[in-house]
Amino acid sequence: MAALLEIRDLHATVDGKPILNGLDLAIETGQVHAVMGPNGSGKSTLAHVLAGREGYDVTQGEVLFQGQDLLALPAEERARAGVFLAFQYPVEIPGVNTATFLRTAVNSVRKHQGLPEYDAMQFLKVVREAAQKIGVPQEMLKRSVNVGFSGGEKKRHEVLQMAMLQPKLAVLDETDSGLDIDALRQVADGINAQRAPDRGMLIITHYQRLLDYVKPDRVHVLSKGRIVRSGGPELALELEERGYADTVSGAAA
Amino acid sequence: MTQTSTAEQVQALERYKYGFVTEIESETAPKGLNEDTIRFISAKKEEPEWLLDWRLRAYRAWTEMEEPDWAKIFYPPIDYQDAYYYSAPKQKTLQSLDELDPEILKTYEKLGIPLREQEMLAGVANVAVDAVFDSVSVATTFKKKLEEAGVIFCSFSEAVRNHPELVRKYLGSVVPYSDNYFATLNSAVFSDGSFVFVPKGVRCPMELSTYFRINAAQTGQFERTLIIAEDGAYVSYLEGCTAPMRDENQLHAAVVELVALDDAEIKYSTVQNWYPGDAEGRGGIYNFVTKRGACRGRNSKISWTQVETGSAITWKYPSCILQGDNSVGKFYSIAITNNRQQADTGTKMIHIGKNTRSTIISKGISAGRGQATYRGLVKVLPKATGARNHTQCDSLLIGDKCGAHTVPYIESRNRTAIVEHEATTSKISEDQLFYCVQRGLSKEEAVSMIVNGFCREVLQELPMEFAVEAQKLVGISLEGSVG
Repeated sequence: MAALLEIRDLHATVDGKPILNGLDLAIETGQVHAVMGPNGSGKSTLAHVLAGREGYDVTQGEVLFQGQDLLALPAEERARAGVFLAFQYPVEIPGVNTATFLRTAVNSVRKHQGLPEYDAMQFLKVVREAAQKIGVPQEMLKRSVNVGFSGGEKKRHEVLQMAMLQPKLAVLDETDSGLDIDALRQVADGINAQRAPDRGMLIITHYQRLLDYVKPDRVHVLSKGRIVRSGGPELALELEERGYADTVSGAAA
Repeated sequence: MTQTSTAEQVQALERYKYGFVTEIESETAPKGLNEDTIRFISAKKEEPEWLLDWRLRAYRAWTEMEEPDWAKIFYPPIDYQDAYYYSAPKQKTLQSLDELDPEILKTYEKLGIPLREQEMLAGVANVAVDAVFDSVSVATTFKKKLEEAGVIFCSFSEAVRNHPELVRKYLGSVVPYSDNYFATLNSAVFSDGSFVFVPKGVRCPMELSTYFRINAAQTGQFERTLIIAEDGAYVSYLEGCTAPMRDENQLHAAVVELVALDDAEIKYSTVQNWYPGDAEGRGGIYNFVTKRGACRGRNSKISWTQVETGSAITWKYPSCILQGDNSVGKFYSIAITNNRQQADTGTKMIHIGKNTRSTIISKGISAGRGQATYRGLVKVLPKATGARNHTQCDSLLIGDKCGAHTVPYIESRNRTAIVEHEATTSKISEDQLFYCVQRGLSKEEAVSMIVNGFCREVLQELPMEFAVEAQKLVGISLEGSVG
């Protein structure tokens, strides 16, 4: 079976500085992979390169998404094709109603897929149901996008967006950062509910704790812009015990 | 012509979809401005002697005045002799809309302004329209329904003919003919406009609107609007404006006067979309407008809501004279400058009566090489005990070649007055854009959404029928502003 996402020998620079240095990774549909690594190893760069953010320059290698050249597409077309990025730091957009924002996003994706767009009433029904499942209060939908949201609310909002957009590939960038244990659980439940046979997930995280709740199929260790070790879920535990330095040097040896 | 400039022109055409010209026969005054021009206009309109005198007094005052230069706008000197001051479609007096030149009807249809009442009812409904084409009003809808309610809504010329006593009483009572250079010019040469009179205790049963269209080349448009709300009356009025795309600049110098008596309320909304000129700053309307409302009565209210997206230059300061005790003035403004547009706009709130209150919310958006200036005055006179003002000026910058400026003047001569001023300047961040784009929005949709969010407090003041249109316009005006 062809991989959902296939990254081959990926090199990328930010401001001319090499961050990714020959990264290889393949994710199959239905699988959840975790990429772990210390600060500065290139985790967020990987997320942004996949999503197509400007300022992240790919200098070598390729990324195939469902067999297609992902890097050839501008960011909005990647999103419409089903690549979703849950942001580490969700951005505030003052004055823009959250429900309106979600509807515009969902409709641009539906339009791309040749599905009819939701009108305001239909959408409200759909989004309310989804919000309830994830524990997003209805009242949050009326507020401006991410404005005045707590850390937990922001992350739950990201999960709600994932649920609404139904992506093929979800990249979760440090979705656990800044959450207390209750918020972490709630977010993890939301993510687990979105695991599906027709969806792949790439969880990017510094710590192992999210993986206590969202069990990955594969774990990869990223160091200096390359995957240096790969393994099953037990690798995350090993990292937690021995730390990155040991694990990485062990791999190098 | 190089290939790129052709492409750009096509793009510009798509951006300003109102830029077409209607082919009709017009009757035009001889080029240039002198007393004969004014006599010509007055005679064409069969005006009474007092009005001609008023115009001539204005003209003589104007010849002694100097064009103001304090605004932060730059343009080559205007040659006032190189323009036409009167242009009217050739037609007889109309008995019904069926007699209206079909080309004009088509023009308004293209602009999305149906003039046939049955079409109106099928569409947005509940809006009466006065359509002003170049210098004259060509049609007013729903007259009968309004008359039944006691509301007078007609062209200015018609008001002069049918209600001279009202016109004479209120004309120039808020903006005197000698007020300022452009208002004085307007007083001399104004050709038409709208007139609204809502008698005591009447709540106008529908939105009123005037749709201004400049069609003829090298012609200035000088319309005059006068709205009077008697004791306890209420009216909501909206004006819209467009013009063809032409390489030369055209002058638009309008005057609007509002009078609110005891407990009366006037809501005046503007969606200004005159041709802004092309990306290099060629062509476009010079919009020099004087708008002022007098809250003459106790507890009266006047609110100005404006969405200024068009014109090469906008110079306008809709103001409120808060004379009656407890009267309330409001100013909500969105001004967008893209490409080479310049806008110097704001308001004046003059607190005279006791416990008068005013609110100013201004949202300036600059993109391309646009320059937007907020200029406002809050003045509290010695007797305005308990006066309150709150001013909020927010500027949003898109790109790094545009500018935003805030020039607030505050003069308080009463110790009990409370005057607050807040100002912010922000940019649309890369982070915001990327966040939206990652959710499947195009960059332009993202900018439109972010800017509409920025403007929300003002947009929600517009009548429902127009808010959606205005939101779209905000998006369209900013097309091409991000790479």
